[in-house]
Amino acid sequence: MSNQDPVWILGTSMTKFGRYADKDLIDLAAEASLGALDDGGVTMAEMDVLAAGCLYEANGGVGQRLQKQLGQTGIPVYNVANACATGATAVRTVMMAIKAGEAQMGLAVGVEQMGKMGMLGADRAARSDKQVFERKGRFGSVVGVEGRLGTNMMPGVFAQAGMEYAYENDGVGFEQFAKVAQKNHEHSTLNPLAQYRKAFTLDEVMSSEVIAYPNTLLMCCPTGDGSAAVVLVSDEKLKTLPREQQRRAVKVSASVLTSDPWTEGCQVQPDVNTLTRNAADAAYEDSGVDPADLDLVELHDCFATAELRHYDNLRLCEPGGAGEWIDKGGPWRDGEIPVNVSGGLLSKGHPIGATGVANLFEVATHVRGEAGDRQVPDAKVGLAHVIGLGSSCGVHILERSGL
Amino acid sequence: MGDETAPDEIGPKQMAMVEYLKLGDDPHLVAYVCDACGATYFDRRNACAACGARDFSTGRLANTGAVRTFTIVHRAARGVPAPYVSAVVDLDGGGRVKSNIINIEPTPSNVSLGMRVRLATYVTATDDDGNEAVAFGYEPEAA
Ligand SMILES: [Zn+2]
Repeated sequence: MSNQDPVWILGTSMTKFGRYADKDLIDLAAEASLGALDDGGVTMAEMDVLAAGCLYEANGGVGQRLQKQLGQTGIPVYNVANACATGATAVRTVMMAIKAGEAQMGLAVGVEQMGKMGMLGADRAARSDKQVFERKGRFGSVVGVEGRLGTNMMPGVFAQAGMEYAYENDGVGFEQFAKVAQKNHEHSTLNPLAQYRKAFTLDEVMSSEVIAYPNTLLMCCPTGDGSAAVVLVSDEKLKTLPREQQRRAVKVSASVLTSDPWTEGCQVQPDVNTLTRNAADAAYEDSGVDPADLDLVELHDCFATAELRHYDNLRLCEPGGAGEWIDKGGPWRDGEIPVNVSGGLLSKGHPIGATGVANLFEVATHVRGEAGDRQVPDAKVGLAHVIGLGSSCGVHILERSGL
Repeated sequence: MGDETAPDEIGPKQMAMVEYLKLGDDPHLVAYVCDACGATYFDRRNACAACGARDFSTGRLANTGAVRTFTIVHRAARGVPAPYVSAVVDLDGGGRVKSNIINIEPTPSNVSLGMRVRLATYVTATDDDGNEAVAFGYEPEAA
């Protein structure tokens, strides 16, 4: 095959996100993996490569442990970790193996079991003070910096990312950020795979407990358990498969991974924008898809303040116009470009390693026309975005088969 | 950081909580400045993240600036008093720094984007030998 040929999603599946006290990590990964294989009409014996994304057990050999439950076929296994972009990185790992001609088919799975950790990133302990001060680390600090020199915890970091957008642009404030959460909670009521399925009024969102202003509790994603998987196939191999498999296959028109280039101030406030813009622009160029062509977007709404910025970063709204865009309903499921019709991380949930695969599941399911009650009518093309602090950003553009 | 004229420890009892804070009569921040491109860093770097050059000098940063973004942290890390205001400040003459906004009530009506602030120091912790760790924050310039 030529490496210009597209790679396709042949099968995909995800577990419902939530809490599974009675299952272990590998149960969840196996459920999603077997579901994706069945959906694609293939078996483990046909896979040439396996990539397993899991953040909290990154050194735990998750891929090999999964093989013990699915089939030990001796294929290469890549265990990957890349912050909240872990799942997308697993997908890209399989994609690169296929593009390189080393594999015709592969399985990518993302999984996480976080249990009752509470809200994402909320509970990191401050460094305990030394009994006798002694300089440590590259800042030569004698006491912990968290809470003394600002915050590095996620709710606050993403609150600051949103407020920076408010500083640079008119028409953005607490209410616009809160509307993001109102929308995603409302959307989740239609998704049987979502961890939470409860709608809230704007007033309820704004008056829930403040975590890191302007993010209230309902504007922060929960932690949870879950898994999602995709089977990828080369263009050449797909064309040899039965007609029905070709028809249901979803074309991966772009697959991009970026890290954060140096920008002024990024040492004190992670820049979640430039790498997202770079990834999106590359994905639009690679696919020939224009933002206006998108029928749906699943983007990384770890906090409501982040989603608003990403409307602009992903070119869904006019530059600087994210506040106005949500005010006029642009990202609602009946709006200009539906965003996070799954409920997003805010309500569908965010088992970290699974997230970047689950949003591919969501977009693929819509462009196949198989999304049930939450189906975006006649969806043909969609974009999936994830970002992990540190930073890493994955953007995929998926299109209906046409075969 | 090698800044002989502004010792980071005055006497046996007070020490800056981070090396980039200099105490004395005129408390201020210093940064490593890339000799090639001027990028500034508070921590030691092996090479410049902006341009790859390997030589750095030390430069003084301004004590005044404007609030670029902020959050009011209510659910804080264990042991950290809350609520408090975390902010990123654009310093006059260049450089961006993160710290707390201090000497105000931490409510949205008391902090605004673009608000003018200036550096202030305070004792944040004391060890068993009586040494005091001195932190810096920013207070409204108007106060
Ligand atoms: Zn440089």
